[in-house]
Amino acid sequence: MQTAEEYSKIISLHFAPEVVRKPMMYNLAKKFDLTFNILKAKISPREEGHMILELSGNLEDFKKGISYLQEHGISIRDVAQTITRDERLCTHCGVCTALCFNRALSLDKVTRQILFNDARCTACSNCTRICPVGAMHVESNGES
Amino acid sequence: MSDNNKVTRTIDEINSRIKAGKAVVVNAREMADIVRDQGKVKAAREVDVVTTGTFSPMCSSGMIFNFGQKPPMIKGHKIYLNNVPCYGGLAAVDAYIGVTETIENDPLNKVYPGKFAYGGGHVIENLVSGQSVHLYVQGYGTDCYPRKMLEKDITLDELKTAVLFNPRNAYQNYNCAVNLTNSIKYTYMGPLRANMGNLNFATAGCLSPLFNDPYLLTTGLGTRIFLGGGIGYVIGEGTQHNPDPPRNERGIPKLPSGTLMVKGDLHGMNSRYLRGVSFAGYGCSMAVGIGIPIPVLNEEIAWYTGVDDSDIHMPVIDYGYDYGAGKAKILAYVTHEQLLSGSVEINEKKVTTVPLTSRYMSLEIADLLKDWIQSGEFLLTQAQDKIESN
Repeated sequence: MQTAEEYSKIISLHFAPEVVRKPMMYNLAKKFDLTFNILKAKISPREEGHMILELSGNLEDFKKGISYLQEHGISIRDVAQTITRDERLCTHCGVCTALCFNRALSLDKVTRQILFNDARCTACSNCTRICPVGAMHVESNGES
Repeated sequence: MSDNNKVTRTIDEINSRIKAGKAVVVNAREMADIVRDQGKVKAAREVDVVTTGTFSPMCSSGMIFNFGQKPPMIKGHKIYLNNVPCYGGLAAVDAYIGVTETIENDPLNKVYPGKFAYGGGHVIENLVSGQSVHLYVQGYGTDCYPRKMLEKDITLDELKTAVLFNPRNAYQNYNCAVNLTNSIKYTYMGPLRANMGNLNFATAGCLSPLFNDPYLLTTGLGTRIFLGGGIGYVIGEGTQHNPDPPRNERGIPKLPSGTLMVKGDLHGMNSRYLRGVSFAGYGCSMAVGIGIPIPVLNEEIAWYTGVDDSDIHMPVIDYGYDYGAGKAKILAYVTHEQLLSGSVEINEKKVTTVPLTSRYMSLEIADLLKDWIQSGEFLLTQAQDKIESN
């Protein structure tokens, strides 16, 4: 049920090796009644985990859930900060929309400009690979 | 045909009005509305010139340049600009660089899909934006051209001759690309998801030059145009020009058909309208901005310039297998209006549409050309030879 308090956000989580084996997502759902959609998950050979997920639920529960994760040593970042667009380079052609599965990049039907809604961005980096003029940039901090 | 026209005017008359600051100039988008609302005769009476525009990757483009001698003299044999190979099979210091040429030792598709980060189009963009590029020339040494190596950084200003020379631009209609296979394909039409996950198209629709002059009545050898932010000319039909395409009831070709060969002095151009581009898995190219003015000489031409996005039918082709195999089976026709809506239905499946042509920049170009004409700084020319179109 959608309520006024319903909240949804795409976040990026980093797990230390000792947390990787704990059922954090299960607890998130069970203890805080949050729903999650895993957009990307990866565990490195050193057992550090990286996950991008869309977390939804009551705003109060959302905040509690985030605190719970942080208390367990999981660092949380906004995904939106990791992909940026160089406005001087973009020609608003539209090629990027071909592989933007979460529709963070979309075409404004009136102005015919490409809009970048970073709140919907999952930092999958597809756009950085296919933008013909290299206008999309991903922060390289060893996380991708 | 022209004897029965209710409205006639000549290019000279239009130029007089331009010089007097009285010419009525509209872009092709506006003209579509005018013709629809007021009819072709009234539109022809009111409008002198319609401006078109497109900004799209155009692979058959490049630069003819002369890099100048520095004694002792050299006959260029191997020529590179920023490590991108140029063609030097011309007189001593003449050369050509094509926009799809990749930098020497590019990994190409060895790690698939390749990035193709830098090529001839990027060199041209760098030069036009005022940056210096590195020239490296090898000669084999002759009695008359003893020098064997020439190396220097050059800017566009230092090149005596730097001409954009594009053998095939401004395609009249083009294939829409889908992928019917079950794995993603990386093509010159951009990335195509498996099982017709998206449809990519490349045209400016009702703004596109040759949709507004479907029988090339006014566009021919010698037509002055907006090219890459400067002045250029149509110098004839482009390669692969097809004068006899099947057409719809409005005369719009239903297949890729007419093409133009164009040239222009790069010294007057603007890198906003000449952009090196990279297509993952395919290669390098350059997005070229072209705007062609169409003089409204009579109501027949007014009618053609009134083309609307809904009047343009574009063929859908499978680029997953068919195109590469040399089969061009048309899966469906879609109108440009449908393409702009964001999705089309093909074989009962809703498919997301993805443009390669910047409609936003295309309109900017049509409007910029409109400003040039209205301010009297751009006069129209009479074509000196017709490009065949039936």
